[in-house]
Amino acid sequence: MNVVVCVKLVPDPDSVGQLDATTHRLRRDLAEPVLDPGDEFGVEAGLRLVEAHGGEVRVVSMGPERALDAIRKALAMGAARGVLVTDDGLGGSDALTTAKVLAAAIGREPFDVVITATESTDGYTGIVPQALAELLGVPAVTFASGVVSDGTALTVTRQTESGSETILAGLPCVVSVTAGVNEPRYPSLRGIMGAKSKPMDRCTPVELGLEAVGGGAAAGQTVVSVTAADERRAGEVVTDDGDGAHRIVLLLAGARVI
Amino acid sequence: MGRMATDTAPEGSRPRLDPADLYAVDQLLGDEERLIQLTVRDFVRERFLPQVAEHYAAGTFPRELIPWLAGLGLFGMHLEGHGCAGASAVAYGVACEELEAGDSGLRSFVSVQGSLAMFPIHRFGSEEQRDRWLPEMAAGRAIGCFGLTEPDAGSDPAAMRSHARRAGGDWVLSGTKMWITNGSLADIAVVWAQTDEGIRGFLVERGTPGFSARDIEGKLSLRASVTSELILEEVRVPEASLLPGARGLGGPLACLDEARYGIAWGVLGAARACFEAAVEYARSREAFGHPIAHFQLTQAKLAEMATRLVQGRLVAHRLGTLKDAGRARTVQVSLAKRANTRTAVEIARAARTILGANGLTLDYPVARHMANLEAVLTYEGTEEVHTLILGKAITGEDAFG
Ligand SMILES: Cc1cc2nc3c(=O)[nH]c(=O)nc-3n(C[C@H](O)[C@H](O)[C@H](O)COP(=O)(O)OP(=O)(O)OC[C@H]3O[C@@H](n4cnc5c(N)ncnc54)[C@H](O)[C@@H]3O)c2cc1C
Repeated sequence: MNVVVCVKLVPDPDSVGQLDATTHRLRRDLAEPVLDPGDEFGVEAGLRLVEAHGGEVRVVSMGPERALDAIRKALAMGAARGVLVTDDGLGGSDALTTAKVLAAAIGREPFDVVITATESTDGYTGIVPQALAELLGVPAVTFASGVVSDGTALTVTRQTESGSETILAGLPCVVSVTAGVNEPRYPSLRGIMGAKSKPMDRCTPVELGLEAVGGGAAAGQTVVSVTAADERRAGEVVTDDGDGAHRIVLLLAGARVI
Repeated sequence: MGRMATDTAPEGSRPRLDPADLYAVDQLLGDEERLIQLTVRDFVRERFLPQVAEHYAAGTFPRELIPWLAGLGLFGMHLEGHGCAGASAVAYGVACEELEAGDSGLRSFVSVQGSLAMFPIHRFGSEEQRDRWLPEMAAGRAIGCFGLTEPDAGSDPAAMRSHARRAGGDWVLSGTKMWITNGSLADIAVVWAQTDEGIRGFLVERGTPGFSARDIEGKLSLRASVTSELILEEVRVPEASLLPGARGLGGPLACLDEARYGIAWGVLGAARACFEAAVEYARSREAFGHPIAHFQLTQAKLAEMATRLVQGRLVAHRLGTLKDAGRARTVQVSLAKRANTRTAVEIARAARTILGANGLTLDYPVARHMANLEAVLTYEGTEEVHTLILGKAITGEDAFG
């Protein structure tokens, strides 16, 4: 089974983010860049599929040169090889551009499953998986909380508000996995040291046959302004007159959280 | 007069410096070492820290982490072959630092397994001993300990009373070893004893008749680590359990150099954890209408800690570079163990004061590290012993006896 996992280098989500005042883009230089924690679930899901059914995991990323670190971590976890699409012009790409670039890189070779996170931990647009499926001409199964395979199809569990769905998906397809779909492994020392001998390619959009994509001004979507969200209002205080617990339950039920 | 600029770019527009690494010493790490650092850091934060306080209070080591530590490849990571990862000395140092940012007990477990138990088998063992033990130990299926210290011989191991004599084709060992990390957990003990041929090392397996271990209770330091007494009463072991390559005190001392090297890095992890806790606390705790970080006295403490951290890290890195080049000398290891442990002790104590009463509880990491570092100051050569090693190297005068 040939699995492709899309990974992204993002500023450490544990740090406080800051937007650039003029471009409205996230300041990527202020925090330690890491493999998006959401993508670790994807890498793990891919590794489990190939461990059960053979084949290999290929990781694909679009980003600056440093995004090689994200690929390197995926290789250390056990992926077989990686490719980074990088070009100065790609900085600030919107989600559609990102999907086009990733689709071009993925489509160069046959694949059975493409795994992504549901959204990146920096941009949070959440549309790349679906766009990718459309561009690759395969179905998208989104928000997977469980992925297993018999080698010819995937059985995907989707958590919904009211319960869970089980979906049988033929191959090839795109699957977006939620956090918690599995427990990502730590790269072992041996894996880390072995990663440097695994193939890691770099290419540009032009080399992928994409002429007209680009970030920044060339992006189809531009952020024109950013407004801070309203301060959250103070919560409701329930004074306990003996029925406090009951009233809290009603409040929670009203908010549909229980 | 305004602040002196060292650069024209305004500070706010530049990447933030890590206060615990103001000289960006981490940038001396290669890609691989950096990934090892982040991996061990994640592991410690996710798997170890949530339970350390409980184990510390109970005086137990979290044994369920042993397969995880093995899975990461940390046991004997700087040794080559026989199932070991063969990482650089710097990588080993970085791992020690991250482990000890969790707890000195966690780092001690890994130090003892790799540097004190696997290392002598790797360096001084026969091919059969290596094949039999190293892969098992790297995989965490066999745990080792190192028995040098005795009730009446600590800093002066040459005064040890444990002895071994030949009996037919076997050896018979008698004596008592004290303060042995992982003693009662160990499947295999590296025991040093006097013989007619000088001090020799033996591999004594758990369950050998006459060999037993008893835990030392009531330690107020390194509580999340098992420390035991080893009792050897006419323990008969075959010739094949003798470490053929070690004769004299040089054997155990070579092991200590390995472990001390890891400590020189490790203690900086404990120091960093204390410093970070202190910074966070100082920024949020208010007194007299200000965060305590606002007071110059607090800032003086933090400035001193940050400076000492940078100095310690530079020493550790330089030592790592020398070790990777095969040029690290005992006196250099002593300098780093002594200086960095002292640094860590002082940072922990200063951090403790910043946290006030909270700094005394297990709710914060500081008291735990502070207490642990007292053990680290004593084991693997006391501060005084390392001072004497330095003094001898500098003056040529031996002031030990
Ligand atoms: C938690 C813990 C774990 C340990 N784990 C192990 C282990 O796994 N294996 C092992 O073999 N040992 C282990 N040890 C033992 C440790 O190495 C010894 O405690 C250490 O070597 C000091 O020996 P001592 O305690 O007998 O002190 P002593 O040697 O009695 O020293 C007492 C004091 O006298 C000072 N002193 C001694 N000689 C001189 C001198 N010439 N000049 C000036 N001052 C001097 C010392 O510096 C110290 O301050 C461990 C100890 C601890 C606390």
